[in-house]
Amino acid sequence: MDETQNKEQANSTHKIGIYLWIWGLLFVLSFFSYMVDWFAFQGLLRWSLILVFMFLKAGLIMAFFMHLFWERYALVNVLLWPMTAIACFIALMAAEAQYTVFTRLLYFFIGG
Amino acid sequence: MSDNTLNNLPDGFKGMSHDMSSDQTAFKGVQWGKVMMWIFLLSDTFIFSCFLISYMKGRASTVVDWPNTSQVFSLHVGDVPVPLLLIAIMTFVLITSSGTMALAVKFGYEKNRKMCAWLILATAIGGLTFVGMQAFEWSKLIHEGVRPWENPFGAKQFGSFFFMITGFHGTHVSIGVIFLFIFARKTFRGDFDTGKRGYFTTMKSNYVAIEILGLYWHFVDLVWVFIFAFFYLW
Repeated sequence: MDETQNKEQANSTHKIGIYLWIWGLLFVLSFFSYMVDWFAFQGLLRWSLILVFMFLKAGLIMAFFMHLFWERYALVNVLLWPMTAIACFIALMAAEAQYTVFTRLLYFFIGG
Repeated sequence: MSDNTLNNLPDGFKGMSHDMSSDQTAFKGVQWGKVMMWIFLLSDTFIFSCFLISYMKGRASTVVDWPNTSQVFSLHVGDVPVPLLLIAIMTFVLITSSGTMALAVKFGYEKNRKMCAWLILATAIGGLTFVGMQAFEWSKLIHEGVRPWENPFGAKQFGSFFFMITGFHGTHVSIGVIFLFIFARKTFRGDFDTGKRGYFTTMKSNYVAIEILGLYWHFVDLVWVFIFAFFYLW
């Protein structure tokens, strides 16, 4: 318990400026991602911009609002490595979707 | 014990191997409740990922055109339809409430009871506003004929994914709002200063609880970032 106490006292309060900065950045990034739709960007540009703003926002929230930036690596790694499993799942299901749409086009429209 | 305080432990990956192979606790300096919340959030991440992945699979494999979300979720200002306006406002409201929560955690640790409580209350009201707008959005879409099995805009799967994903997220927000109101009351009453024991636990109240609640609330915001990107913008 000694360790817990020391950590809480040492690390848990940060300057208010950090939070306000992150807050502002989140507003700006959200505004940008709304602008992606507003200007109706299409195709690769649209998707890449959406992903960039999304990951920036997610990173800022996790790192600073959820304090992961200040946590020890033991916790950070336990939380972040399982995301690779999700990435694998996304890749698998993307491939599966390609196959499904292929068979649908084949049997619905071309007729086997 | 004094030479084994956190400040004397190695950092980075060396610290990770040290912590993981050490006695008693692997997550040093993290209160157990916080670890439990993180593990819950990790499992929740998997649930939301499954929803979003099934949405990806459904949308990518349908041969019917997907509804144009920009138009489906547009809001009329006067006579002009503004694309995605309500969703944008909801996003800003949720980010605002996330910011007030982050400040509440900070003031909590500084034992600034009044500021902390008011900020939690502001967060709760932000969350309530979000849920209210979501209810408005749902009733608008239901009124326009969107059902889990059909909709007038395009691919039939749209409705089921919409209600499932935003509904599950809205449930999280609603539960969060309830706890935020409870915690605002507890903070105003000074439970975290006096170490009063809670209803469900014999443990003494501590301002760490506000950080744990904050983790949950930021997670709700985090999930919305992904829903906003993939469901509404894509």
